[in-house]
Amino acid sequence: MFNSSLNQLSTLLSTKKVSSVELTKDFLRNIEILNKEYNAFITVNEELSLDQARIADAMIASGEGNPLTGIPIAHKDIFCAKGWLTTCGSRMLSNFVSPYDAHVIELFNKAGTVNIGKTNMDEFAMGSSNETSFYGPVKNPWDILSVPGGSSGGSACAVAARMAPAATGTDTGGSIRQPASLCGVSGIKPTYGLVSRYGMIAFASSLDQGGPIAKSAADLALMLNVMVGFDARDSTSLQHENEDYTRDLERPIEGLRIGLPKEYFAEGLSDDVSRAVDAAVAEYSKLGAKIVEVSLPNTKLSIPVYYVLAPAEASSNLSRFDGVRYGHRSEEYTNLDDMYLKSRTQGFGAEVKRRILIGTYVLSHGYYDAYYIKAQKLRRLIAQDFTEAFKQCDIIMGPTSPSVAFDLGEKNNDPLQMYLSDAYTAAASLAGLPGMSIPVGFGKKSRPVGLHIIGNYFSEAKILNVANQFQQVTDWHTKMPDIKNSK
Amino acid sequence: MAVTLEDVKRVANLARIEISNDEAHTTLDQITGIFSLIEQMELVDTSTVIPMSHAQGVEQRLRKDEVTEIDQHELFQSQAPKTEAKLYLVPKVIE
Repeated sequence: MFNSSLNQLSTLLSTKKVSSVELTKDFLRNIEILNKEYNAFITVNEELSLDQARIADAMIASGEGNPLTGIPIAHKDIFCAKGWLTTCGSRMLSNFVSPYDAHVIELFNKAGTVNIGKTNMDEFAMGSSNETSFYGPVKNPWDILSVPGGSSGGSACAVAARMAPAATGTDTGGSIRQPASLCGVSGIKPTYGLVSRYGMIAFASSLDQGGPIAKSAADLALMLNVMVGFDARDSTSLQHENEDYTRDLERPIEGLRIGLPKEYFAEGLSDDVSRAVDAAVAEYSKLGAKIVEVSLPNTKLSIPVYYVLAPAEASSNLSRFDGVRYGHRSEEYTNLDDMYLKSRTQGFGAEVKRRILIGTYVLSHGYYDAYYIKAQKLRRLIAQDFTEAFKQCDIIMGPTSPSVAFDLGEKNNDPLQMYLSDAYTAAASLAGLPGMSIPVGFGKKSRPVGLHIIGNYFSEAKILNVANQFQQVTDWHTKMPDIKNSK
Repeated sequence: MAVTLEDVKRVANLARIEISNDEAHTTLDQITGIFSLIEQMELVDTSTVIPMSHAQGVEQRLRKDEVTEIDQHELFQSQAPKTEAKLYLVPKVIE
C-alpha cells in the first residue's frame, strides 16, 4: 500500500477495496511512527483529515470521484489551509490558524483529496537544507545524518519515507527540485504563473511557484492536473488553456534532442553526481535520444542575480509581518515602533533576517539601479540563454544539485556555500521555465542523485513524458530508504 | 561598493530588526562574502538590456470596480493579537 502509485491507490478506492478513511488512518499511523525521527510534519490533525476522508468516501460512493479523490496528500506549510495551523516554518506564524484556503488547497479539496498534514520547511522557504525551520531540521530518510534539502524538505522526506503518497511544495530557486533530488524522489516546478500564488505565503513573488513532489512522473502528472489553473486573485496567474498532463506519458522519445549545457558539467560538480548523471544520459541514448552539447554562458550569474532579486522581494513581502493583524506580537514593548521592532526581531530567525537585510540594502536609496535593476537585466540575459539553447535541443538535462545530500550542520554557518547548492536550479527559476528532478542513482555514502530536466515554457507534459520513459526502463524511482516499522 | 558596519545598522533600522553590535559584525562578515559574489554582476555590460520581471511579459489585469469580497472581519480578527470594537489595537501613537 505505501509503495503504491497514485493510480493504484485510485483503483483501490474506486473499486471499494479500501476506503479513504482506512487509507488515511494507515498513513496517519505511519506518520505517528516515523515523524519522531524525521520531523517531516509540523502539524498533523487526525480529526480534520478524517473529516475530509469521510467526504471523499461519500463522493466515491455517489460516483462523483475524481482520479485523486480519497488520496491523502501532504501540504507544505506555506499553503494556507482553513482551520489548519499554517506556520511557514516560522515563529512569526507559530500561532496562525489560517482563516482561508490557498487556491491550491481549494483545488485539492474540490478534487476530494485528504490533507494528511502540513510539512516542515525552511523558514519562509529561505534555505536549501531545511535547517532554518523554527520547528527544527528534517532528517533525510536515506541517511539521518544528512539534510533532506530545502526548502520543501518536509514534503520530499514525507514522500521518500512513505508518510504520504504525494505532497505539494514550492520552488523559488530550487526548493522543489533540490530536496526531491536529495531525497531520491521526483518533483516538478511548472512554468511560472501556472499554479496560483493565492494563499501561498510569499517569499519572492516574481519567482515563487507551487508544484508537486511524488514517487514518479506519472504521479506528478496527476498532481499537476489538480494544481494548475488560472486564478484572478493572483496578478501573475496565467490564462492558459487547461491541459491533461498525463497525455504524453507513454509517447516514445526516439529522436528527442537532449541538450547538455557544458556549464553544468564544469567545476563545482562532484564526481559521484557526475557519474550517475552520465549513466542516466547514456540510458536516454539507448532509448533513441540524441545528445547535443549546448551552452548557457550566463550560468555563473544566476546565483548573484538570484541573491539580489529574491532577498529584495522578500524584504518587501515580509514587511507585512508587524504584529498588528496576525502572527507573533512581542509580550513587552514601549511604543508602536518598539512593538514592530521586538515582534519582528523575535519572530524571524537568523537566515530570514539576513535576507531581509540584504534585500533592504539593495533596494535602499541610491542602490536600486545598481543592484535590483541590474539583476533584472541580467535575468533577461539568463532567460535568453535558454531561448538560444532550445533552438538546438528539445529538452535540457544536467545535475539537479552539485553534490549529494550534505551533512546536517555542514553548511549552517556559511551562507555563501549554502547558496551555491542552488547553482543549477536558480537559472530555470529566473527564466520562469519548468524544471524537474528525478532520481537516477546513488553517490557518496549511498545518498541519492537527481537528474535535472528543464523544458521550454509550457512543456510540462513533455518533461513528464521524458521522465516517465526513463522510469519505464529503470527502477531508481522505486527504490526506498530502509525504514523500520513501515510495511 | 563595500558594505560597511554602518550600512548594516542602517538597513536593520529601516527593516525594523533589532541588531546588537556583535550581531552586526557577524552579519557584516557574512554579507560581505555574499556581496563579493553579487559584484560579479558589474562585469557584464547591460546598457542595452531591458529589465525582466516576468517571463511571459504579462500586463496587470484590470477588473470592474465592484465589491467582490464579503465582510469576514470576525473570522480574520480571530487571528489578531488585540482588537476592540472591530478595530486592531496598537499602542497609542498620538497623545
